[in-house]
Amino acid sequence: MSTQMVTANRLTDGMVVYLTEGNDWATQFTAGAVLADKTGAEAAMAEADRAAGQQKIIGPYLIDVLVEGGSVKPTSTRERIRADRKPTITADVGSWTGRIGD
Amino acid sequence: MAILKHGALQPNEWQDLSDDAPLPEGGNVIVSLDRWRRDEATLRISNRQIGVRLQNTQSPLALAEDIDRLSLIVIDFPKFSDGRAFSQARLLRDRLGFTGEIRAVGNVLRDQYLFMTRCGIDAVELPDGVAIDGFLEALGEFSVWYQPAADDRVPAMALRHGSKSDGNGNASAVVNSSVAAMWAY
Amino acid sequence: MYRYDEFDATFVRERVKQFTGQVERRLAGEITEEQFRPLRLQNGLYLQLHAYMLRIAVPYGTLSSRQMRKLGFIARRFDRGFGHFTTRQNIQFNWPQLDEVPAILEHLAEVEMHAIQTSGNCIRNVTADHYAGVAVDEIEDPRVYAEIIRQWSTLHPEFAFLPRKFKIAVTGASSDRAAVRVHDIGLRMLKNEAGEAGFEVWVGGGLGRTPIVGTPIKSFVPKQHLLSYLEAVLRTYNQLGRRDNLYKARIKILVNATGAAEFGRLVEEEWQSIKDSALTLPAEEIERIRQYFALPDYESLPDWTPEFEASRKANPEFARWVQSNVKPHRAAGYAIVDISLKPEGGAPGDASADQMDIVADLADEYSFGEVRVSHHQNLVLPHVRKQDLFALWQRLSGAKLATANIGFITDIIACPGLDYCNLANARAIPVAQRIGRLFSDQKRLAEIGDLRLNISGCINACGHHHVAHIGILGVDKHGEEFYQVTLGGSSRDDASIGKIVGPSFSTEDIAGAVETIVNTYLAARTAESERFIDTYRRIGIDPFKEALYGNSQARRPAAE
Repeated sequence: MSTQMVTANRLTDGMVVYLTEGNDWATQFTAGAVLADKTGAEAAMAEADRAAGQQKIIGPYLIDVLVEGGSVKPTSTRERIRADRKPTITADVGSWTGRIGD
Repeated sequence: MAILKHGALQPNEWQDLSDDAPLPEGGNVIVSLDRWRRDEATLRISNRQIGVRLQNTQSPLALAEDIDRLSLIVIDFPKFSDGRAFSQARLLRDRLGFTGEIRAVGNVLRDQYLFMTRCGIDAVELPDGVAIDGFLEALGEFSVWYQPAADDRVPAMALRHGSKSDGNGNASAVVNSSVAAMWAY
Repeated sequence: MYRYDEFDATFVRERVKQFTGQVERRLAGEITEEQFRPLRLQNGLYLQLHAYMLRIAVPYGTLSSRQMRKLGFIARRFDRGFGHFTTRQNIQFNWPQLDEVPAILEHLAEVEMHAIQTSGNCIRNVTADHYAGVAVDEIEDPRVYAEIIRQWSTLHPEFAFLPRKFKIAVTGASSDRAAVRVHDIGLRMLKNEAGEAGFEVWVGGGLGRTPIVGTPIKSFVPKQHLLSYLEAVLRTYNQLGRRDNLYKARIKILVNATGAAEFGRLVEEEWQSIKDSALTLPAEEIERIRQYFALPDYESLPDWTPEFEASRKANPEFARWVQSNVKPHRAAGYAIVDISLKPEGGAPGDASADQMDIVADLADEYSFGEVRVSHHQNLVLPHVRKQDLFALWQRLSGAKLATANIGFITDIIACPGLDYCNLANARAIPVAQRIGRLFSDQKRLAEIGDLRLNISGCINACGHHHVAHIGILGVDKHGEEFYQVTLGGSSRDDASIGKIVGPSFSTEDIAGAVETIVNTYLAARTAESERFIDTYRRIGIDPFKEALYGNSQARRPAAE
């Protein structure tokens, strides 16, 4: 199998998160733990199910990631867009990065 | 398993019979639709109350001729997302005029309980240990209903045209006494 | 427009309280995500690619300026400054937080809005002609019945857990602008020989994986029997619709499998037993609802408006905007104004909070405080005096809301696609932007004329590509985004499903393919007045196939 990572959405605000080595949930893809084998992946998903049971996250699943040189990237277009935490387009309306206030 | 009915948990006083099980000495029994068709004569003269268990793929209209001989009909929610039993309940009440108990079994959410009572279901089988407060609370979550159903809650349209809350007026729902009794608490 | 009375207001408050309780139970872990999911869906809350998404109902696409301002407020306070108007006349916010959704719903309740049943396997927002009430070809305002159906379907206890979602559309004009033929139930208002109004009922239309134009199963349902007939259809569907396969659960599958005639017969049998029940609509109730949709106090104006005509002559840009974005109105001296949410470089259907505020102000100033949302992802000001059109156009231009492209090739319907949506295979918005840039010249747009181009990012077809003259479907080929083209679809009275023209195009090639298709049309049309769809139906798909895939290069038009 290829290298993988566990991702989910945070329950309270729906933000995309990745399971880290320390069993935390980070919004940065680069902080996610790379799982090199099946055992690691299974353990990580078990941890994810635990976190789901504690109302931290919802819908955890495994994604394929590519380790190249020093960097890690999701292999699918979908997960690359998701890791960016915003759409790929630029448009005049609103802000991708956060609230713009009242 | 306990039965939520009339606002409280009640013991289940019915025996569920499989298609091959012999008839017990006494007591009320629930049989499948198939067995009812097969053994109707025997069951009828057995001097007990009879209930029929419908699968949610079976039309209640199959019971049209015998409906008065039945005291209980059990309908099934195999998954809470499978809402066929709601229509079965409506047909039993509205089309067939069934006045006995309609009991729901299977997977139900407390958030469906109001819908169930509106469709004429008056009892729900719950796993042991489930608290019923949530179910009872769910009944009180709304005081406005937009459409007539198999209960006697008066829809908004009727109230807007001056219907009284006892169900009179040209837009009132069909009043079903057993359902009204259930709702009276 | 409809105003809540004490019953409606109470109901929405109770619903907000119910959902607030459900959210609390979820956050406290008293219910699992599996149990919570249908509950949040029935309150319009999805989980999407980047975040939750909240879909707010805009019943039959009608909004007051006060409601529009509240949407702008919600965009600023709870979201990222913009919203997206959808192909079912609703609005979506892409970044709400679950723990703030109860607060959002409270704000909405203040202005008589909600997110009830905008998702889930229940009856969804009832859509209607976005020119309702003011179109010159109208028989009766369909919103009267859309409102009646909305109430009947709200928390209908029997139909909250259907096999699948259920979409109803109503048209009250001789020309269908509500796409009734591709809905689960489409209602076409008409008058019988005795002059009484009633409905032709179409069933089993739909897009998605198995696009199909519906079938009329009942030629005339008198208006007082509307609800009982709908109940008969829904009850039949609820019992017999497939539950084993998500992709075969819509009513169109059932109608197709049963046969339309037999399906109609089953419905008729059920209907006969309930038609004279409490569901019968008293005339007083229909009239009571109709009062809410009474037209505003129009001034008595001549239809010829000298200032307007002078501005048109003097200002070609204004004249072009009038040509494409302004429609005739029933009241003399008035006009219907389409506000395009398809500016060049924009995401189709998106509006910023500022734009929402501006539209609200313009509605107050020029349109008796009323706005409409069209299923083409645009807005409408339905009651504008012709003498105000020039000033209105200037204000719209200042807010990037005056792109003169309604009904043209850059008036693209695009689903959010892979930029936002969990279900998507490919992105749709960048393709729309690319095509928008390619055809940005407004003179050329007008020359090309009436051309519907819709883009869907996956087979669920939320972009309605099947019923577009040129439809584009994003697909995933070995991890790359490719785009398949269909031709010849229509959502109007001549409803048809588009045909696939050939192998899909890469992201780099799709815009060029569209240009080739347009050039093929321009070369083949008999006159400028022959629209794309008519040329296509006359010459067939082969010339387009040849131009796109044949050995010869795309033909340039002989003379422009």
